[in-house]
Amino acid sequence: MIISAKNLTKTFKNVVALDNFNFEMNYGTLTALIGPDGAGKTTFMRLISGLTAPTSGNLTVLGLEVCGNEQKIQNKISYMPQRFGLYEDLTISENMTLYADLHGVKTEIRRERFAKLLEMTGLERFTARLAGKLSGGMKQKLGLACTLVRSPELLLLDEPTVGVDPLSRRELWEIIKKLVADENLSVLVSTAYMDEAEMCEKVFVVNHGKILMSGSPNDIKSVAKGRCFRVKTPENFPTRILQSILLDDKNFVVDSVPEGNFVRFIGQKNFDAEQYSVKIKLPIEKIPARLEDGFMILLHDDEKNNLERVFNLKKLYLDEKYPISDEIVIVVKNLVRKFGDFTAVDKTNFEVRRGEVFGLLGPNGAGKTTTFRMLCGLLPMTDGFLSVAGVNLRTARTQARENIGYVAQKFSLYGNLTVEENLNFFGGAYGLSGTNLRERIDELLTEFHLRGSENQNSGDLPGGYKQRLSMAAALLHKPQILFLDEPTSGIDPLARRDFWRQITDLSAKGTTIIITTHFMEEAEYCDRMMIQDHGKILALGTPQEIRRQFGNENSTMNEIFISIVENSRGGG
Amino acid sequence: MKFFRRLSALIRKEFLQLARDNSSILIGAVLPIVLILIMGYGISLDVKNVPVAVVLEDFSPAAHDSMNFLDGSKYFSTKYVTSMAEAKILMRERKVEAILRVPPTFSSDFQRGEAKLQLILYGADSATATSVQNYVEGSIRQINSGKIAIESRIWFNDANSSTFYFIPGLIMLILTIVGVFLTALVMAREWERGTLEAIFVTPVRLIEILLAKIIPYFVVAMFGFILCLIAAKFLYKLPIHGSLTIILLSSVIYLFVSLGIGLVISAATKSQFLSAQISLIVSFMPALMLTGFIFDLRSVPNFISTIGHALPPTYYLELLKTLFLAGNNWTMIAENCSILVLYAIFFIGLALKITKKRVD
Repeated sequence: MIISAKNLTKTFKNVVALDNFNFEMNYGTLTALIGPDGAGKTTFMRLISGLTAPTSGNLTVLGLEVCGNEQKIQNKISYMPQRFGLYEDLTISENMTLYADLHGVKTEIRRERFAKLLEMTGLERFTARLAGKLSGGMKQKLGLACTLVRSPELLLLDEPTVGVDPLSRRELWEIIKKLVADENLSVLVSTAYMDEAEMCEKVFVVNHGKILMSGSPNDIKSVAKGRCFRVKTPENFPTRILQSILLDDKNFVVDSVPEGNFVRFIGQKNFDAEQYSVKIKLPIEKIPARLEDGFMILLHDDEKNNLERVFNLKKLYLDEKYPISDEIVIVVKNLVRKFGDFTAVDKTNFEVRRGEVFGLLGPNGAGKTTTFRMLCGLLPMTDGFLSVAGVNLRTARTQARENIGYVAQKFSLYGNLTVEENLNFFGGAYGLSGTNLRERIDELLTEFHLRGSENQNSGDLPGGYKQRLSMAAALLHKPQILFLDEPTSGIDPLARRDFWRQITDLSAKGTTIIITTHFMEEAEYCDRMMIQDHGKILALGTPQEIRRQFGNENSTMNEIFISIVENSRGGG
Repeated sequence: MKFFRRLSALIRKEFLQLARDNSSILIGAVLPIVLILIMGYGISLDVKNVPVAVVLEDFSPAAHDSMNFLDGSKYFSTKYVTSMAEAKILMRERKVEAILRVPPTFSSDFQRGEAKLQLILYGADSATATSVQNYVEGSIRQINSGKIAIESRIWFNDANSSTFYFIPGLIMLILTIVGVFLTALVMAREWERGTLEAIFVTPVRLIEILLAKIIPYFVVAMFGFILCLIAAKFLYKLPIHGSLTIILLSSVIYLFVSLGIGLVISAATKSQFLSAQISLIVSFMPALMLTGFIFDLRSVPNFISTIGHALPPTYYLELLKTLFLAGNNWTMIAENCSILVLYAIFFIGLALKITKKRVD
């Protein structure tokens, strides 16, 4: 047993981060911790590495009791924290040299090891580049390289792929898998991605500091055995709406997600597919369970008492029409943005219609953020034409901003103001006041399930709440268009469903949504999407069109994305 | 030795960062130069060409003659008026800083040796007022005593130039800023950016991490110190009456005190912003206000003086001033150096105690 925890408990002030945690991991295995944000994954990693002391319970690592042997353990293990603190003003090779010196890697071994790591991470051409000048994916790879300057007895990876695009994500995992095979490493990895957990021998599902289940990926899958189904979306009916209708039907359905022309869902216990098929007047097909299905059922069961989320949602019906309007609200023609010699966005053309959900996708550094910022009027364009809600952004940037709401990637409200104070402040900034503002805040508090938290400091709220508050603040002035920059990174799967349910609601009420995301499966919620790389559009269309064009109907969005980007890079 | 290999790796990293980070160079090298130029040329507590109104109520030539000393002095610029009313107007408009009233009976009283003069000072700026008072009284005493001239002289600052008085304070200030402020900032940056979390889970020891902060910033601060010393000697011709070795030694000790305080602050706050604020409040401001740098600790209220004497820079400043301007006073050197050594041990010990390889 390389790690063994018995009744391990860790509390911070009033918060229980780990609650009677019992955990065992064998030598030479690849083990995963999966669970929502704040489940206690990071705390457990820090306990193992002796960076924090347990409140009670026992923890042995490499046969040593952690308490009192912190340094001995730290000599033998390697740990990659979630936010790997690279020295940004040091180059790639200086960062690696520092870690090699600290680990006492001998010069003879070092040359070979560095060459191998640099080759695997694809960083060999950039060794003299400052770490601060690397893209998100490259930084993570360098972090991994620094962690692996020597072969450790135990490797801890805390969400190594968070904020990393699918391509870099796959590359990172190839490195991890190769090292596990070559050096017989023991690895404990925490992740929010199910496809990553699927590659591990053993998976622990964690929520609120407790282990809900442990076993092989297949064991977790079997939780959902016989409860997974899919329905084909009727002709001319948005998949997203069908998905929402199923999600709202809580008596029958645990969870539902869009997937191409289908909606995948998990039935409640004793779900009768035939009966339900009659009820919704659509054929239902049984499908094999995935790891995520098992995980979602475990989470739902654990959160049973917290799932009463009240929203002011517009009710959706299967026999209604939800056509996409013909009115064009965003026009982008030959849009160019240069930074010195570097062209970040190159001759881009697209249009977005009212009420559409439009996704901007691409690897790190593809030009997504630049495009996004120009659309919001935060960055002037170098050349081209851009109009948002009928206003030309070249001539009237301020005016265009009145019609848009913007939710930044990082929580950008005032952490030391309460929920209500933040909303009051932003309302004032949008020029609302008096009864108007009060009524609007009232509406939003209900809509975004923030009632009861009005007087809490917004900085202390959990991730999902912060995200809802940011949305509420961006919607105070009832904008025609809402821009969301990676709104779902760092929030748990259940909160993500709520988020998309709300997006569906907003779009059904006529708000146009522009969104960027790293979760490829979320592209399925979009009416149309665009994939960019090196500033150019590689694909544009509905998820289904893109599938047909670049792969086959059964590919996952992740596979499609990787093949599109790789083809373009290989060919160009 | 593994210890030295790890330590030198960390120190090399620190110097690389120093070389690439303009703000550290700014604080470490540019700031001392700017401060020494501003303080040396810009700030002066000396009074020169002070406008003084002389009210001659006694019109006799003798009275006028006895006021002649004012005309020839570089310290005063004199304005003669004949009535107190005029003088008051000048004073109210602050066209003069002082009124010297020569009463109608001055000449006759002077013969009897009972002459009296009234000196009225503009008190808003008390330091200037006091200086003017001293000058005028000094000058009058000189004439009054007839042939026996009392030549007053200020000891230890022969030219009574405040620049001489400021330079030791400035050196103290620079060691404080670099030691406390810069060290607190760079250490807090490591906490804030999360660079320490990965570093902690390596064979590195805490003492190595702290030493790797102390040594580079010791070098930076010594560099600033040498710059100041050169400027003091060659730019301002500051005399060094005491031993240069003792000056260096006491500076090294004081630097360890500052570095220790900086490390304690960063370990307690773990945030750059807070570290900067706290460094300013607990080190820079008191070093400026409460150590005798600007206000002599003998002329401030007792409790302020008590606070001043609880601060390490006070002892260092006393050392420097004495060593530069007076000479070796071995009792004082021994006493103040021991106090500083105790402070250094205390703060570095505290830094070692409260910095933990922990992220809670």
